[in-house]
Amino acid sequence: MSRKILLENGDISGIDQFDIYRQHGGYQSVEKAIKTMTPLEVVDEVKKSGLRGRGGAGFSTGMKWSFLDRKSDKPRYLVCNADESEPGTFKDRYLMEKIPHRLIEGMIVSSYALGASRAYIYIRGELMWLAKRLENAIGEAKAHGLLGDNILGSDYSLDLVVHPGGGAYICGEESALLESLEGKRGYPRLKPPFPAISGLYGCPTVINNVESIAAVPWIVTHGGEEYSKIGIEKSSGTKLISASGHINRPGVYEIELGLPVEEFIYSDAYCGGIRNGRTLKAVVAGGSSVPILPAELILRTAAGIPRLMTYESLSDGGFQTGTMLGSGGFIVMDDTTCIVRNTWNFARFYHHESCGQCSPCREGTGWMEKVLHRIEHGHGTPKDIDLLVDIAKKIEGKTICALGDAAAWPIASAIRHFRHEFEYHIAHPDKITDPDHVYQPMGTK
Amino acid sequence: MTPQFSSQTLSNIEILKTRYPVEQSKSALLPILHMAQAEFGGYLSRESMDYVASLLNLQPIEVYEVATFYTMFHLKPTGKYVLEVCRTGPCALSGAEHIVDYLKQKLGVDLNQTTPDGLFTIKEVECLASCGSGPVLQVGECYVENLTDQRVDSMLAALKSGELSDNEPTPAHSILFRTCGDKQS
Amino acid sequence: MVKITIDGIEIEVAAGTTILDAARQINPETAPPAMCFHSKLEGSGGKCRTCLVKVTKTSPSNPRPMPKLAPSCRTFVEDGMEVENNRSEEVLEARKGVVELLLINHPLDCPICDQAGECDLQNLAFEHGAETTDYQEERRRFPAKAIGDLIQLQMNRCILCFRCVYVADQLTDGRHHGVLGRGDSSEIGTYIEAAIDNDFSGNMIDVCPVGALTDRTFRFKSRVWFSKPMAAHRTCEKCCGNAVLWLKGNEILRVSGRRNDVGEVTEFICNTCRFDTKSLHLWEVEGPARISRDSVISQNHTPS
Ligand SMILES: Cc1cc2nc3c(=O)[nH]c(=O)nc-3n(C[C@H](O)[C@H](O)[C@H](O)COP(=O)(O)O)c2cc1C
Ligand code: SF4
Ligand code: FES
Ligand code: FES
Repeated sequence: MSRKILLENGDISGIDQFDIYRQHGGYQSVEKAIKTMTPLEVVDEVKKSGLRGRGGAGFSTGMKWSFLDRKSDKPRYLVCNADESEPGTFKDRYLMEKIPHRLIEGMIVSSYALGASRAYIYIRGELMWLAKRLENAIGEAKAHGLLGDNILGSDYSLDLVVHPGGGAYICGEESALLESLEGKRGYPRLKPPFPAISGLYGCPTVINNVESIAAVPWIVTHGGEEYSKIGIEKSSGTKLISASGHINRPGVYEIELGLPVEEFIYSDAYCGGIRNGRTLKAVVAGGSSVPILPAELILRTAAGIPRLMTYESLSDGGFQTGTMLGSGGFIVMDDTTCIVRNTWNFARFYHHESCGQCSPCREGTGWMEKVLHRIEHGHGTPKDIDLLVDIAKKIEGKTICALGDAAAWPIASAIRHFRHEFEYHIAHPDKITDPDHVYQPMGTK
Repeated sequence: MTPQFSSQTLSNIEILKTRYPVEQSKSALLPILHMAQAEFGGYLSRESMDYVASLLNLQPIEVYEVATFYTMFHLKPTGKYVLEVCRTGPCALSGAEHIVDYLKQKLGVDLNQTTPDGLFTIKEVECLASCGSGPVLQVGECYVENLTDQRVDSMLAALKSGELSDNEPTPAHSILFRTCGDKQS
Repeated sequence: MVKITIDGIEIEVAAGTTILDAARQINPETAPPAMCFHSKLEGSGGKCRTCLVKVTKTSPSNPRPMPKLAPSCRTFVEDGMEVENNRSEEVLEARKGVVELLLINHPLDCPICDQAGECDLQNLAFEHGAETTDYQEERRRFPAKAIGDLIQLQMNRCILCFRCVYVADQLTDGRHHGVLGRGDSSEIGTYIEAAIDNDFSGNMIDVCPVGALTDRTFRFKSRVWFSKPMAAHRTCEKCCGNAVLWLKGNEILRVSGRRNDVGEVTEFICNTCRFDTKSLHLWEVEGPARISRDSVISQNHTPS
């Protein structure tokens, strides 16, 4: 079994309560940091750990923290991104539900490191029940002097606030999140300026994913170097993987980065193999935005090397034959899956979630969905496949935020690896009128 | 009639405002809209939005812009329980399309429609961060996961009988969120 | 001052200038097209993506790589920067794509549109567009909505540049319209039907790059190219009083703001000047108005 950092003690009953969490070493990092370390020393430990952002982009957390404008006389903010709405991803929710205090602890230490006296947890509004639990946990921490004025008797004070969203995937994009937190429509901002210089209310701001922040307590307690020894090279530490789809054991797994993909899919410690004894057809390894890969390319790189669960190994081969670790939303599809239908489904998602601010994404996502809808419903034409590739190119790289890219990649990659399936749909519209064809193996249609 | 928050909610809103810098009270808009939806009949009427605008010194259009952007806000009256079924990829792989069909057939209404008794509205929503336990639907603050026909049946029965409520009890010190059960519908 | 090179032409501009502005200083004719940015409206720009350019070399003082095309309207010059505009295949291709996407849901109802002849989208399509589109889906339609007697809103034509929202925010007291909804169902509106009418609301018409907001008092009176634009002024206590009168004989068909050579309104006028001062004797006529390079009037019909 893999080592537990984020989910450490997760199986202890009552760990979601302050007392039990505290009994099992909870909030040690706050004591250590506030009593024995300067804020910059905490930043240094995080740098040494090699921790990379777990929200999707994998940017070094220590680096991000060191970009924060500390010279400005404006207040500094830490904002936790708990918007979790990338399809296939449910790890932040799991972590917050199971061990809410781990996030609170991480928020306190991280805010101390960044010199923030107020920090926000922006949680998607659908998870209102969870927002309440976080508030509950905050209340407990406050009652024990770990939050609020003069934490543990020091002169450091922190006000931690939970803020609910209103239902919009785009608010996971960090600058849209800030707009939303300011009470506006969730429109991504043009960058530069970056949040580290001008973020929430125009003040220097760091935005981190729940899982990134939850890793900080362990790093502070055990040292950045210890953390960097876990995992492989630039993919240090552990990562939560949300496993869903046609597997025997869907759920959230904390893995040491470097675990072979094959083991993750087939071992009973993780996904437990493909459901109903079927065979693996494709995997979307890092949330719906990353390129889909067929079985042979997810298990092994184009060069035949077994793929590992690391940032580097999953992206080996670039977009031609590789993908990305992304947010760790691992969606598994067996041989009964209709790739066209799944691609249309994702296209519909991005169309629905485009904020509409910039024209390529606003117009292009709708166009792609319509074409895919036609193909899936038996009205495709042979030209449609190249048309989709073409529209995707017109969006990718031209937009304000990465949602445009995120909408283009799944479609481009599905066509790259499963073109024959699109062609089949177009050539045999009669065979796909069966509403259940999504559950039938392609060959048996 | 102009809607009016209960005095409890109003004092909660005052506390809420202290959570943001003084000149940034607009930040409280989303939480207050959630409160308004819960307290004023499960949806946001124009009057409710104008009222919220007045509480935060905003132009009404600023509130309309925000309310129409976010999918959790209903701009028209709904049934007492809004069943929001996730339709996105991973849930679709686990049978969400069938659950939607089953609900439609069982309740005799289409998507975005309300049953004649005013109890249920069915909607489709995008990923709810529950992909490993799909198909899933959200009703109020409650997630009902790993849906099967049987589970849908028992959920509907439990909602009807009041055995299952669409909210969780609010922690004592939490002022942020009123629970959906307070809907006056 | 900083030095930058655009398509091989070097220019020195003040720090804080955008690439778009620098390009306009070199030559307004070859500068990138800009559908959403407006110099007089703070915060505008960045949205339509027609003004994308390629920064091939960043400033040695700030050597962060810029692999993606940058919106020239909101990207500031830095000393030593090298930019490709019309010389870059990638830029032209991207622009063509953006133009096509802007057009797929546009009703293409130019023959009945009041903006025809002075429409930035028409010009954009002509200068930067692809000849054909593969779009064959249904075009988006919005139900018609009234916003008062002065301004006509045709949402189907809107490209969501947001300029009118900035006008309402920055020029009028109290904004009553905005962008509602999300994604490709976003629309300009008041939510509940309400008239937009305050001292400066008419400027929304002038900043609208397409025929989504037009002058209701002028509707269908005449095609623009049959009227003669004359610069004129009057003493006005609300605004600068500098305007363009669109004349047919001695009749004022329409009053609008003055524009610079890239078609941007330079001075905003009040609704009294625009809608309520339609007798020639109330104005001091200066002579033929300068017409932006793109207007059909400057091409077909030189005012005499
Ligand atoms: C369209 C879009 C959606 C995103 N959604 C999320 C999300 O739900 N949660 C998240 O943590 N990051 C999300 N991100 C990434 C954030 O912008 C940001 O990179 C991240 O929160 C930074 O935290 P990290 O460095 O700790 O990963 C999203 C990005 C984009 C472009
Ligand atoms: S890329 Fe899409 S989501 Fe991002 S700003 Fe543009 S329209 Fe909005
Ligand atoms: S896909 Fe349904 S919860 Fe994620
Ligand atoms: S003018 Fe620059 S993006 Fe629209």
